[in-house]
Amino acid sequence: MNDVADWDWAPGDKCIADVADWKRRFPVVHEYTVTNDGEKIAAIVEQGNKAVTVCVNGELWPVVAERAWSLKFSPDNRLVCPMLREYEWSIVVDGSPWEETYDYVWNLTFSADGKSIAANIKKDNEFGICLNGRSWETRFTEARDVVVSPDGSRTASMVKVRRVATLDIFSFAEGVITVAVDGEAWERNFLSIWGMSFSSDSRMVAAGVNLDRLTYTVAINGVPWERTFSHIWEPLFKPGSYDVFAPVKIDGLWTLAMNGSPVWDNSFVQLWEHRFSPTTNEIAAVVAVQFGKWTVARDAVPWGKTFRDAVLAPVFSPDGKRVAAIVKEDDRYTIAVDGTAWNERFDMVWDPVFGPDGSRIAVKAERKGAYFIAVDGRPGRESYDYLWPPIFSPDGEKVLIRCIQGGKYYRRVRPVSDV
Amino acid sequence: MARMQRRTVADLGFDETIKNLSPDKIARTIRYVLEKEAAARLKAYVDTCIHCGLCNEACHFYVSYDRDPSYAPVAKVRQTIWDMIEKKGKVDPETVKTYARIGFTECNICRRCSMYCPFGIDIGYMMILVRRICGLLKVAPSYLQDQGYSHMYTYSQSWVAQDDWVDTVQFVEEELRMNIKNARIPLDKEGAEIMYSPHSLEAKFKTNLLANIAKIMNVARVDWTMPSFDGWDSTNQSMHLGDHETMGMVERMHFSAGFRLKVKKIVTSECGHSFRAAVYDGSRSLGWKEPPITYLQPTQLFFEFVRDGRIRIARKIEEPVTVQDPCSIVRNRGLGGMLRSVVKAACEDFREVDPCLEHNYCCAAGSGVINYGPPWKFLRMEGGRAKIRQLQATGAKIVIAPCHSCHKTIEEMIDYYKADMHVMFISELLVKTMEIPEDMRTPEGKGSDQ
Repeated sequence: MNDVADWDWAPGDKCIADVADWKRRFPVVHEYTVTNDGEKIAAIVEQGNKAVTVCVNGELWPVVAERAWSLKFSPDNRLVCPMLREYEWSIVVDGSPWEETYDYVWNLTFSADGKSIAANIKKDNEFGICLNGRSWETRFTEARDVVVSPDGSRTASMVKVRRVATLDIFSFAEGVITVAVDGEAWERNFLSIWGMSFSSDSRMVAAGVNLDRLTYTVAINGVPWERTFSHIWEPLFKPGSYDVFAPVKIDGLWTLAMNGSPVWDNSFVQLWEHRFSPTTNEIAAVVAVQFGKWTVARDAVPWGKTFRDAVLAPVFSPDGKRVAAIVKEDDRYTIAVDGTAWNERFDMVWDPVFGPDGSRIAVKAERKGAYFIAVDGRPGRESYDYLWPPIFSPDGEKVLIRCIQGGKYYRRVRPVSDV
Repeated sequence: MARMQRRTVADLGFDETIKNLSPDKIARTIRYVLEKEAAARLKAYVDTCIHCGLCNEACHFYVSYDRDPSYAPVAKVRQTIWDMIEKKGKVDPETVKTYARIGFTECNICRRCSMYCPFGIDIGYMMILVRRICGLLKVAPSYLQDQGYSHMYTYSQSWVAQDDWVDTVQFVEEELRMNIKNARIPLDKEGAEIMYSPHSLEAKFKTNLLANIAKIMNVARVDWTMPSFDGWDSTNQSMHLGDHETMGMVERMHFSAGFRLKVKKIVTSECGHSFRAAVYDGSRSLGWKEPPITYLQPTQLFFEFVRDGRIRIARKIEEPVTVQDPCSIVRNRGLGGMLRSVVKAACEDFREVDPCLEHNYCCAAGSGVINYGPPWKFLRMEGGRAKIRQLQATGAKIVIAPCHSCHKTIEEMIDYYKADMHVMFISELLVKTMEIPEDMRTPEGKGSDQ
């Protein structure tokens, strides 16, 4: 039941599992993870003497391993875990291991719909990616990071194309790093690479590349922009197009560039984490208008209010009209919406979650070790021992609360007004 | 002023790289840095210095090399930045090599000289400019350049592969359970109080130090985590290389990991330069006035643990003990009192060094010098003579040094000078002396490391 509309939205509480009991049953219980719909909770549990398995809603997987880590629910609610058995790693999905085994598996990643599962792998000292149980035919001297295409059919990784001995600074400077997509390396190598991303049709890959000192640019399918900059940050394709946007540094200040040319009139002390509106051509980004003065800029126009410590990546409302971001000042966190910060401050706050019509924002927040939901800046009445971020119902009237309280894991649906 | 006389050292990072330099490239690079990046601050320093020489005695190289005036801070500036300004950058490749040798190997940017300058001129900053210029020209010690490339590719100074990092953590956790029942090293735990950010050596050759930290975190019952992904390593040699761009990328990755994991504090390893990069140079190069997440050196954390009784000392060290004050955390951050407080809590016989605290000498290995490899080891040994004599004068048998660079070079100097002492990190001291709570003891463990 991956469609939010299909979830149980009847107001009320459902106790899913007595997780305190897990701690009595097993000597070691790792961190909990839950499904988006809140119907399942799981954790890696250790039974002693290197016998590790997974507990889901109180039931154990039949698979027992020597090691397990990075347990995650996919967006389509499958439970996935890299596990080590008989000295070989595999990925286990809902208790069933993939046939392929590896020397190591890491960076477990999903496609947006959850249908594709990918991870970096090492086998016989060669590196690559496995996608849905099949690893790349071509492997490399080293591979770092996994990016899955929007349609889930393709994967990309940063790879080292040949071995360079430590201290061989001259060979490294020639460029031995590139991007491999589905196991095929770009023709051109670079000094370094970061921030890989696919176009929304999954056909193109962009990445930040370093050609030389103070010579940075963006490469798309291995071809660099003609213009270089003294520095850049991660490029992103504009959804539905092949236009690539990236923050670039020119004459000591940062601005936003598209396809190699600056497109914002303003420049800033810093600019990163640009995000596209889901409905318009607008772009929002984190900027520092002066040294130590952080805010969000929409289409190059910064909010009037700035924040001293930090501002995190902006989030557009589904209708594209509003922008919210986590902001930090005097070591306390809150949410700012369209330039106005909530009055309430928290020890920690998670990403803002807009309701479907964009009128409401709910967040997971924490103060002095107690977790609670805050809606539009108003802290909820109840506090929890642990909590996952809230999810709005399709009509925006209710909120799904996934929480641990008194040693039990609950799935709660509450009218927004009752939170 | 005495002419600069130096031992010839073969280093490909100097000898080969200068072959690729043209006078035009040198002049353009020097002018770019001095005119576009340094500007007013440099002019103020150059115009203010009256060449009084009060900074001379502050330099450990000057003192260690029998007051050779060519090692005086003012002489180093005279032979580098002032020379570039006077000649408007029109110098030959051999001169760049001289600049690089002074900037990279004869100044640890410890900033002790600035304390004794009547005008407070930041001579360290001018040596950073020298490194920036030479770094852009790729004229730098080859070992340091190698680590700079490692940061570009891995965000770690030691070419640590992503799988090696996670595998190492899991191995250390298994080993730790020999001593601490059900010990955990939780990776990627969202919402943890503390993200521990180790030195890359703790993931490669010194995993025992990671084990020590994990042991202390478990005994103190800390809600902690480490990232499984890039950003876990606290080191930043790009800062020493004058590669401000990679330095910024490393620090951004580091703090992004903290934000992604929703931690309240980041604790670096017992390392001076990592702390400096995160709190000063790296953060500020990105536009942050202060680190965006509270950033602690372990000295601060251990001080709180002992003060609050989260760590109890079971048995004190009886041998005489002294300390090394790492420049980045004591002179430049004032943590000397906390360092002494922890050491005194765990040791019966503390011997103070002279000079001490913010006036203490640099170990001669700071600002990347520790990493230049065998060709340059003599430099640390001879340049650290003032340091080893000072430590020997305390009569201590143990030196507590909460910095990887200080620790390693003092250890090597002890061997070089046949000194009767050894070096420990604070974490080693605590692991040797702390009480293991009853519920954490294992049949294999004995309640402490003794």
